[in-house]
Amino acid sequence: MGFLGDVLAWFTDPAQWSGPGGIPARTWEHVQLSVFATVVAAALALPPAMWLGHRRRGGQLVVAVVNIGRAIPSFAIIALFLPISIRLGLGLGFWPTFLALFALAAPPMFTNSYTGISGVDPALVESARGMGMTDRELLRRVEIPLASPVILASVRVAAVQVVATATLGAIVAWGGLGRYVVDGFATQDNVEVFAGGLLVALLVIGTELALSLLERRVVPAGIHTTSRADLEIHAT
Amino acid sequence: MIVAQAADQPFIRWGWIWDHLDDIGGAVREHLLLTGIAVGVGLAMSLVLSLVALRWRRTYAPITWATGILYSIPSLALFAFLVPITGLSILTAEIGLVSYTLLILIRNIVAGIAGVSAAVVEAARGMGYGPVRLFLDVQLPLALPVIIAGVRIATVTTIGLVTVTSLIGWGGLGFFILRGLNLFYSAVGTTQIVVGTVASVVLAVAADLALVGLERVATPWARRRAAI
Repeated sequence: MGFLGDVLAWFTDPAQWSGPGGIPARTWEHVQLSVFATVVAAALALPPAMWLGHRRRGGQLVVAVVNIGRAIPSFAIIALFLPISIRLGLGLGFWPTFLALFALAAPPMFTNSYTGISGVDPALVESARGMGMTDRELLRRVEIPLASPVILASVRVAAVQVVATATLGAIVAWGGLGRYVVDGFATQDNVEVFAGGLLVALLVIGTELALSLLERRVVPAGIHTTSRADLEIHAT
Repeated sequence: MIVAQAADQPFIRWGWIWDHLDDIGGAVREHLLLTGIAVGVGLAMSLVLSLVALRWRRTYAPITWATGILYSIPSLALFAFLVPITGLSILTAEIGLVSYTLLILIRNIVAGIAGVSAAVVEAARGMGYGPVRLFLDVQLPLALPVIIAGVRIATVTTIGLVTVTSLIGWGGLGFFILRGLNLFYSAVGTTQIVVGTVASVVLAVAADLALVGLERVATPWARRRAAI
């Protein structure tokens, strides 16, 4: 038994399953912030990326956005915005974590959507124009459907990274599943650390599977989905 | 109460920086060491795995799938799994850091080598190049821009991730960020957060530029930049 037995005992302890520090409550906190950050990032990153991709302009900007996004660690963003958030009277935890997650999710969504739209076969764009389509129609009826696998895959990969990184919020007194890992480290309780890691990993895998399923349903038939290997990515 | 106290403090105390230049230098060295080992080991492993993927095409999907899973495990969770086994050792930090370089590097190495023009490979074979010489003298040099593009991404990513290893007792410049977080209500704390963050970003940009320079030196025949 030993260590894994202790982990099992941790999970089967009824105290872990109720109250504000219980697994359901912590999971819910984790999901809430992740969804919020991903949706805000998508809402702000996708429209300009699609428009720039449609005009096939701003390639340099795209490269700059990704490089900057990659150079600033999420951990540093969370740490940096904690004192700023306190000074602005926004409190601990939530907003610094949100900002870090936003900064993590927006750049890859922006770049991949840009690449997806601007990579649509020029011959198709040409023929759509020849058929008299306006810019809006072209974007809505040709470019976005054709680029949809790339766009959705970029949202999925970003969402997965957001769920993974939301763990770091626990360092700045926010809740979520990272709480177990950080508290476990603080009290040198390896069982709690391990259990927390396991919960986060399960949630990450669940997010990946759920969004992959969704992707398969949304992408028009006849267009293939995109693998992670083809995307701009960013580790957490 | 602590929160109310924070607003009266200056955000950066410059004197602290001058007094701790030695500590900062030491942290930069540790940061570079952790990054260097991670990218070096990651590159060696990725080369082997890429050669396997190129030789047996069917293995490419499982390899990217497996490294993709490694890539999606959050660093904090990965450390959580490793600490009970390998403790707070440098091995724990490096296993995590190396894991995150693999997907990026393999993707670029395979794309780079697979992207070498078939006509060039054919010509080299016609000139009597065996598989080993073909790889070392033709394919690898021609794929170098794409491979270095991968090394750049892996290096910049790793420099960011090293800061997280402060939670398991390493961290390089992340040490200042973590210690600053524990003192976030004071000027000494915010100063350390800013120092850790700014130095880590500067390090990432400097390493990226150094690799761009290396690429220019290593590929004198091609002055064009590889697509990232």
